[in-house]
Amino acid sequence: MSDLNVLFAGFGGQGILFTGKVMAYAALVEDKELSWLPSYGPEMRGGTASCSVCISDKAIGSPLVVNPDVLVAMNLPSLEKYMDDVVPGGIIIVDSSIVQREVEREDVKVVRIDASRIAEENGLKGAANMVILGKLFKETGFCSAESLDLGLQKSIPPKKAALLENNRKAIALGIEN
Amino acid sequence: MGEKVLMKGNEAIAEAAIAAGCRHFFGYPITPQTEVAAYMSKRMPKIDGVYLQAESEVASINMVLGAGAAGVRVMTSTSSPGVSLMAEGISYIAGSDVPCLIVNVQRGGPGLGGIQPSQADYFQATKSTAHGDFHMLVFAPSTVQETVDMISTAFDLGDKYRMPAMVLSDGMLGQMMEPVVLPDARDPDNDSKEWAACGHGNKREHNVVNSLYIDPRELETLVRKRYERYAEIEENEQRAEEYLTDDADIIVVAYGSSSRVSRSAIDMARKQGIKVGMVRPITLWPFPKKALLKHADHAKAFLSVEMSMGQMVEDIKLAVECKVPVEFYGRTGGVIPTPNEVLEQIIRINGGDQ
Repeated sequence: MSDLNVLFAGFGGQGILFTGKVMAYAALVEDKELSWLPSYGPEMRGGTASCSVCISDKAIGSPLVVNPDVLVAMNLPSLEKYMDDVVPGGIIIVDSSIVQREVEREDVKVVRIDASRIAEENGLKGAANMVILGKLFKETGFCSAESLDLGLQKSIPPKKAALLENNRKAIALGIEN
Repeated sequence: MGEKVLMKGNEAIAEAAIAAGCRHFFGYPITPQTEVAAYMSKRMPKIDGVYLQAESEVASINMVLGAGAAGVRVMTSTSSPGVSLMAEGISYIAGSDVPCLIVNVQRGGPGLGGIQPSQADYFQATKSTAHGDFHMLVFAPSTVQETVDMISTAFDLGDKYRMPAMVLSDGMLGQMMEPVVLPDARDPDNDSKEWAACGHGNKREHNVVNSLYIDPRELETLVRKRYERYAEIEENEQRAEEYLTDDADIIVVAYGSSSRVSRSAIDMARKQGIKVGMVRPITLWPFPKKALLKHADHAKAFLSVEMSMGQMVEDIKLAVECKVPVEFYGRTGGVIPTPNEVLEQIIRINGGDQ
């Protein structure tokens, strides 16, 4: 895959920016061109947080993802706001524990994963974002499994190293489910 | 050279300045540039540097003037309204021939405006920063890596020509992360400036750094000498990057974030067979007139794409000497144009649907 533009969106606190960061670091490990652009300011307060990640073999043009190849929607407002922007043939990944709404589009692949419930049942509350990242990895193969793990390691600051294992488990659950 | 790391544009500005030997930072927080100051506040105390959060932008720029007059490598960073507050100090710095680095991570205006990315401070940076006849060197990065590389260039050229240099970034470039390789760290060079007003133990005549000249003829002579230097800079320091310009009928001109969007649009247009390329100004002052004028003979039109109501477009018109039409497309107030919007403009200028 030479070009991949991903838009992560959800509530603030769901780990939207962190999920994008892990993906960005995984691409860094593979020496790809990449950009990571967060929403900032009032956009994030109470509304939807979003994060654009572009990965390519060539220099990245606009780092703001307007028409994503993959949309990760972790809440209803995000799905409704962005679902029509996904490119035909693209993928919409939805946390179906939180979002029940159907996606009426026929020209995209809709992947529903019960991410929040899976995380909670496995003692990984708050790691639904990593379950989704596992799913995104499985659907797109945007990097190798080794790079994904290295990306995760690089994303977690030394002070929080204890969180590494839980994040690994959550990613594995996303790949399995 | 170090390893490739991921950094936010704002943090990269700070680390690049430290690598370039800057040990003096004075500033005041403002979104979307606060990470520069936050990063400096963590790093400077560990490397015997000065980090000082002043009570306002007015105070910070005057501290920059003081430190710069003493001959040290010094910087401040702010966002649009903050530069307006610094205006007087910047004029004093230019009038005193003191080098320094000013970073503007632009946000939407006028007034308090908004906090989303903008390029509406082009006039301010290149023409109307403050009172009096003067210029700043103005650099416009378009990637985080280029931001890093530009910081040391801006410091060095500021020193060479004894004048303030500005790096004109925006909220998008400041907040985004991209891979960067940081340059090898240079030692701080804080005492090689012969003109500096610093302690010398009575070993020489004292130096004066000043911008007050009561005798108009003396002031005119000084300003004229400064303008000789500016002419030299306009001759030697214009910088621009060209993208697919060789056979281009349409030349897009865009800098910074809007050049990233334009590049995407150009790639889309090329797939439709439209001969379009881009000249991306890297220096905004001096404006890269030469790079633009050389395309005025083969291009049918120029298109300025800006995150403003149209400011750089005036310089493009002057640069191409009215030989070809210069069109404009912009979004403002913190809205980022989309590649599709720019593509529509390219298609329109090319003569409608293919």
